[in-house]
Amino acid sequence: MAGLDVRGLSVSLFTRGGVLPALSEVSLSVQPGRTLALVGESGCGKSMTALAIMRLLPEPPARIIAGKVMLGDTDLAALPERRMLGVRGKAVSMIFQDPMSSLNPVVPVGQQIMEVLRRHENLSGSAARTRAAELLTLVGIPDAEARLDEYPHRLSGGMCQRVMIAIAIACRPAVLVADEPTTALDVTVQAQILELLKRLQAETGMALLLITHDLGVVAEMADEVAVMYAGRVVEQGPVDAIFAAPLHPYTRGLLGATPSGGTAGRHTRLADIPGSVPSLAELPAGCAFAPRCKLAHAACTAQPPLKAEAPGHLAACFAALGVPAHAA
Amino acid sequence: MLRLLRRRLLQGVPLILGVIIMNFLLIQAAPGSFLDVMSAESQVSDPAMLEQLRVTYGMDQPVWLQLVKYIWSVARLDFGFSYRQNMPVLDVILASLPATLVLMLASLLIALLLGVTAGVVAAVKVNTIWDNLLSFLAVLFFAAPSFWLGIMLTVLFAVKLGWVPVGGMMSITASNQGIVATVLDVLHHLALPAMALGLFYAAVYARVMRAAMLEVLSLDFIRTARAKGLGRWRVVLAHGLRNALLPIVTLFGLQFGTVLGGSIVVETVFSWPGLGSLMLDSVSSRNYPVVLGVLVFSSIVVILVNIAVDLAYLRLDPRIRAR
Repeated sequence: MAGLDVRGLSVSLFTRGGVLPALSEVSLSVQPGRTLALVGESGCGKSMTALAIMRLLPEPPARIIAGKVMLGDTDLAALPERRMLGVRGKAVSMIFQDPMSSLNPVVPVGQQIMEVLRRHENLSGSAARTRAAELLTLVGIPDAEARLDEYPHRLSGGMCQRVMIAIAIACRPAVLVADEPTTALDVTVQAQILELLKRLQAETGMALLLITHDLGVVAEMADEVAVMYAGRVVEQGPVDAIFAAPLHPYTRGLLGATPSGGTAGRHTRLADIPGSVPSLAELPAGCAFAPRCKLAHAACTAQPPLKAEAPGHLAACFAALGVPAHAA
Repeated sequence: MLRLLRRRLLQGVPLILGVIIMNFLLIQAAPGSFLDVMSAESQVSDPAMLEQLRVTYGMDQPVWLQLVKYIWSVARLDFGFSYRQNMPVLDVILASLPATLVLMLASLLIALLLGVTAGVVAAVKVNTIWDNLLSFLAVLFFAAPSFWLGIMLTVLFAVKLGWVPVGGMMSITASNQGIVATVLDVLHHLALPAMALGLFYAAVYARVMRAAMLEVLSLDFIRTARAKGLGRWRVVLAHGLRNALLPIVTLFGLQFGTVLGGSIVVETVFSWPGLGSLMLDSVSSRNYPVVLGVLVFSSIVVILVNIAVDLAYLRLDPRIRAR
């Protein structure tokens, strides 16, 4: 099975007000059977990255202007739309944040699962139906055969997300992109969905790109973490290293702003990150985080490169990498 | 489903009653009566004879009594008597009804086919030259009065090009040429009036369809459908269209009545022998029993169509079924 390797992906929004850099040189890679968590605040480009990988960007205004999205030996970013149709839902699948609105309200869920089987696996009506029922059982929906004829509004949010997952894994994809799959769900259901994703990953060996802003989910699920800020990956590495020794001030801020849940955390004040994410139209020159950063110095007016501090642990920060102020 | 049908039918009864009362009083308030026309046409001036006619048609009684009697007779499907055709009003209406139904169905078919197609194409190709062109045509046909459009179509296709006849519903010779030839002949005559009537509604449907489709296409499940690897048109037709059709179905029900009204103008322009022509003729000859009959009859039709629309909603949207 092939993993996903995103190299230097840049996406721009071509608006009337000018060209806005939505993603800048994003590089990620997820190996089969592994999970990469993509974290960051709202608007930092996590979902944009997912949509760019799927080639589902709203075009116009968005367009991939540079970079590769390698799935095995195939560059998805360069694939013509006709061939991309054969990749979506088959080799790379995606599930979304709000499962209730992600299913077509006027079509029974069974039909919606069977549709992808007919599209990619050439299954006929009854074979597709049998397989759809198997898939529903696989994602933990009891009485699957009867559920096939239910409409989405009759199912709970968790059930709908299970159906979405059934659709996504129907063709045993190499890569599953999960864009905030538990954000819209109740906390108890969140854990079930995450468990389900883990189990399915263990069974199929698919690579999982998990987009979330919930660091609890990251700790639970991820092998690797990539932290995004203002359309760039600012830190990347194994989950333990990131949690134990975050390099980038933004990552430290994120961790500091997360309640730890234990008794120790009860009396500690949460540290917020001052200021807010700059809009794409007003990105500062150099490091986009500099205006909110306590460690910012003169060098930060240049864009810091993503450099390895420890093996496999990269950060894009002059201060973290020990570059003195006079060096730039 | 049956319960809903029964409830809607029951709700229709007071509605029809209201329609009868309003139209009845409106016509009472209008000046003149068919006796004036009759006496003028047949040179009757004998007051005794006129008085006898007034008694025969019950016009000597108080208005409220006439109204009650009328309602009672309508309840027994008796719409009164037409002096002009010398037939019961119901027979007169039923004789003209098929022509109007054919015209209405043909124009609504044209409107739905053209309108929905144009709306979908405009939404999918939004902000392109196709979208602009279709929007321009929609505004054009929306703004053009149907009598003017009818006359222009006649001038071009009937007079200049000679492709279709200028008016009427069938050729005089058609009736003895067998069923197929008759149907073709009627279709030949139908083309222009159906266009004149249908293009306006096509324009309305196109605009509503475009807006509804644009909204649906921005919804999350469309992205899901694309993420499954479905092609653009498959996404639009299999996932977008059925969700976007709901406003069109509503509009269809609401407009059924105005199509009936619109057919008065178009039927007159194309001398189409339907309810519209009958209505115009009856108004100008003060044949009020027929006028009232057509009004009541068409409101019953409109109410029935709207009940059918409600039932169609149930089929189209499972979320409504659940309630």
